[in-house]
Amino acid sequence: MSSPTSPMAPPRSFIWSRRIFLTLLTGFVLVPVYVMLSSSLKPLSDVTGKFRWLPSGLTIRPYIDIWSTVPLAKYFMNSLIVSVAATVCSVVIAVFAAYAVSRYEFRGKRVFTVTVLSTQMFPGILFLLPLFLLYVNIGNATGIALFGSRGGLILTYLTFSLPFSIWMLIGYFDSVPKDLDEAALVDGCGPLGALLRVVVPAAIPGIVAVAVYAFMTAWGEVLFASVMTNDSTRTLAVGLQGYSTLNDVYWNQIMAASLVVSVPVVAGFLLLQRYLVAGLTAGAVK
Amino acid sequence: MRKNPSDPAAPGPRRRRGERIRRIGLPYLLLLPALVLELLVHLVPMVIGIVMSFKELTQFYIRDWGTAPWSGFDNYKVSVDFDAPVGKALLHSFFVTVGFTLLSVGFCWLIGTVAAIYMQDTFRGRGFLRALFLIPYALPVYAAVITWVFMFQHDNGLVNHVLHDQLHLTDKPSFWLIGDNSFYALLIVSVWKGWPFAFLIVMAGLQNIPKELYEAASIDGAGRLQQIRRITLPSLRPVNQVLVLVLFLWTFNDFNTPYVLFGRSAPEAADLISVHIYQASFVTWNFGTGSAMSVLLLLFLLVVTGVYLVFTSRGRKTADV
Amino acid sequence: MRSIRAAAVGAVTMSLALAATACGGGSSTGGGSNDSPKTLTYWASNQGASIAIDKKVLQPELDKFKKQTGITVKLEVVPWSDLLNRILTATTSGQGPDVLNIGNTWSASLQATGAFLPWNAANFAKIGGKDRFVDSALGSTGAVGKDPAAVPLYSMAYALYYNKQIFADAGIAQPPATWAELVADGKKIEAKGKQVLGAEGANVSENIHHTFVFAKQHGADFFTADGKADFTNDGVVAAVKQYVDLMAKDKVIPVGNAEYAQNQSVSDFAKGKTAMLMWQSASANLKSQGMSDSAYGIAPIPVQSGTPGTGTQVNSMVAGINLAVFKNTDNLDGSTKFVKFMTSDAEQKILNTAYSSIPPVKAAQEDTAFNTPANSVLKNTLATSAAALPQVADESQFETAVGTAVKNLFADAAAGRAVTTASVKAELEKAQQQMPAK
Repeated sequence: MSSPTSPMAPPRSFIWSRRIFLTLLTGFVLVPVYVMLSSSLKPLSDVTGKFRWLPSGLTIRPYIDIWSTVPLAKYFMNSLIVSVAATVCSVVIAVFAAYAVSRYEFRGKRVFTVTVLSTQMFPGILFLLPLFLLYVNIGNATGIALFGSRGGLILTYLTFSLPFSIWMLIGYFDSVPKDLDEAALVDGCGPLGALLRVVVPAAIPGIVAVAVYAFMTAWGEVLFASVMTNDSTRTLAVGLQGYSTLNDVYWNQIMAASLVVSVPVVAGFLLLQRYLVAGLTAGAVK
Repeated sequence: MRKNPSDPAAPGPRRRRGERIRRIGLPYLLLLPALVLELLVHLVPMVIGIVMSFKELTQFYIRDWGTAPWSGFDNYKVSVDFDAPVGKALLHSFFVTVGFTLLSVGFCWLIGTVAAIYMQDTFRGRGFLRALFLIPYALPVYAAVITWVFMFQHDNGLVNHVLHDQLHLTDKPSFWLIGDNSFYALLIVSVWKGWPFAFLIVMAGLQNIPKELYEAASIDGAGRLQQIRRITLPSLRPVNQVLVLVLFLWTFNDFNTPYVLFGRSAPEAADLISVHIYQASFVTWNFGTGSAMSVLLLLFLLVVTGVYLVFTSRGRKTADV
Repeated sequence: MRSIRAAAVGAVTMSLALAATACGGGSSTGGGSNDSPKTLTYWASNQGASIAIDKKVLQPELDKFKKQTGITVKLEVVPWSDLLNRILTATTSGQGPDVLNIGNTWSASLQATGAFLPWNAANFAKIGGKDRFVDSALGSTGAVGKDPAAVPLYSMAYALYYNKQIFADAGIAQPPATWAELVADGKKIEAKGKQVLGAEGANVSENIHHTFVFAKQHGADFFTADGKADFTNDGVVAAVKQYVDLMAKDKVIPVGNAEYAQNQSVSDFAKGKTAMLMWQSASANLKSQGMSDSAYGIAPIPVQSGTPGTGTQVNSMVAGINLAVFKNTDNLDGSTKFVKFMTSDAEQKILNTAYSSIPPVKAAQEDTAFNTPANSVLKNTLATSAAALPQVADESQFETAVGTAVKNLFADAAAGRAVTTASVKAELEKAQQQMPAK
């Protein structure tokens, strides 16, 4: 009666409305990307010129220059290390916390969830300075260098994505039937065994979504990175501003560099995206 | 790590007490890392920030802020004196931010949800489109917003080129980055960057809806729209509850987009509160007043969140203890 | 629930106590020492075409310094977008470099923090004396009557860049020397279908730099002698109006420039779209955008009448970079030596040539390298007709408030709304009320 993933063969009107909507949306998404791409292929003197759909003179020069104007490869590696580490830690910690909230009754549960969420409310601009002070003082007291190091940045970013990750995962875990992990407990798994063998696999789409989110949060953060990094730990989001100097702004190189560094991210997502739908096709959720 | 509790060799009462402690302690143990980190990075700095809001923390004192004089509620008085320019500007900025946030969140959620629902069925190119839609989210903020600045330029931009030169919709080219239109420019950029996140989360949420529900409904003769209304949207409720709230909080506090779009002084029509506070603290070096404004903002957001949670949690049993 | 809350309260109190004690006893209150005599950290601002180029320029000099003194200098070139925030966090936490570059307009504001080593007579003596430096540059190192917070390193001034071809086509023989001439020339240029004068209408700092000069030319100041904000006096209002009128009434600045904040006016000039541009050392920038040196000329910024000079004949701000020493450095002697090295005649020649700026050191200025036509205009301006922006602690509030007011007025002019004395005064009144009460 229906294909494995579609509940029912969609009617023709639905298909047409889908085509129109997705086409418009693709246009909305892609026009700026196209502008970036065409700007990245122009000589600097043409970038700010009158917009034309088809640029006149093309050059790949910016794609060569980006590597020498700023240490792009180093920034890229810094961003990658920081983002991946923050993502892994954030997801693991969020899975544990969400599991506790979803599966156990305990005192202070409501306080915990609301407190965690409330951390999203404080404008970053204001706890920047206190956090910096705190890191410096922890450094002075314990010798652990948190500012200027990748470690401090990882710590900061993982807590940025943690609250939302926990909240999302609570929702996902709640929708995994409790009989499943109770069955696992009866089968002799401990609570952690039940979490890892039953609940986590069933919530893979949610975990992947949360991981993508955690990665992007760390990947794109500018404000904290701008004061907490130095020459050797600077991340991409901040480092890109190195293409704009006091007098010169290398627009074409900014665009070229942004596209170059985004390709691996989008490619990574292309690989990951099938896990976003794995929950259903794997049939783990009944 | 954790041993199976049903170990027959262990003595009865001791074993049971150990298990009891373990049962009670386990959830706390699981929460501990999250709690410690949130305390360190968010809550403690937040408390420091609140302390700062009661100080006269100008450039004369930042070097040793512990010795900055206490100013009581002065910073707050300046912020909420709506007849004076500082308070008036803050209030104006607040209303602009509220309007902007509601519209932006509304559009982000709507576009994200519609796209996710449309892309629930398999069709050719679906995986590709999914990755494509993530591009605005993956591009570095600075570059993405600068590109929009190019597109919104009065003389050379794509937007005026299309609206004025090609479609002849306007008599003369419009200004998008200054004046009243800047609000719409900001909204468009914000939605462009924000909707893929809603899309991602809703898409993941859709995977948890058992397909038997749809099958049952289609046997009952329910059409596409009815299925969406009766099954999809109610099932998405827990996801949406968090998604909308978090989108709201972020958009409200978003700093990067307006800052790159307009620089450190935004046009009045698009004077978002985060840039406003940045100006009041970092640019003018008055961290006390900036902190006070932030605390007021925090209080407002706490109230909004509280009310929101009370309303949306009605009829929802989970997480209520 | 209660226990969690108690634990949370406990943790918060503890960390706060930790933060507070560490703060009080931290190095931020220290007075400087010579604990680590062999190393220095130096934050350079981004002066060259890129950070990579800055490193290439500075590293050989730092190597020279090491050979002379045995001190290793750890260099970090901090991008402009981060520099002020980095300085503020360094000031607050006491965790910063030993020596650093600052924009000279920040001098008084940063001086007020007390974080920098004051350059009193004794300290100046260590680097060869105060009188080695050009007066105008020294005028932008801190509040009047206080020991400078920093030492001038590079100097720059505004000049009028004009496109020779457009001027020839329009039949203009000489670059305009007064504003009336500029407006008259504008008519001829417009007749040839070119834009007249480029401006960054939405760039707060550029707006300040220009309105400051106009105010000087109207004999007015933004601050009273005792440092109070005075933005609404007739001279200032007339000055701001005259600048905005270049767009609103005289139509020499095209309306599209009202939104410029990303150096688009430089691109327009490089592409031959506009005939004139007021900028500080644009040469390198114009070259990278494909405009050859011979295509444009450089002249002093116009005045109301007569020739540039002091008083109402001022035609530029003193732009530039200063070198400051963090008071809590643990290598005080090394830092002083480094400042001496960077401001020595030989280094001044090398560095200012590399960055196409003018040395603020008199002896270095004499060098022939700074006698090219472009440099002599800048040098003359600096020597005779440049004035320092107000050296008050509230300088950055002033820049933001007044710069934004001018930006709003440009937006009005661009939208075709009238810019009147009353509307200018109203905007400035609003700006003034945002200044901290004194």
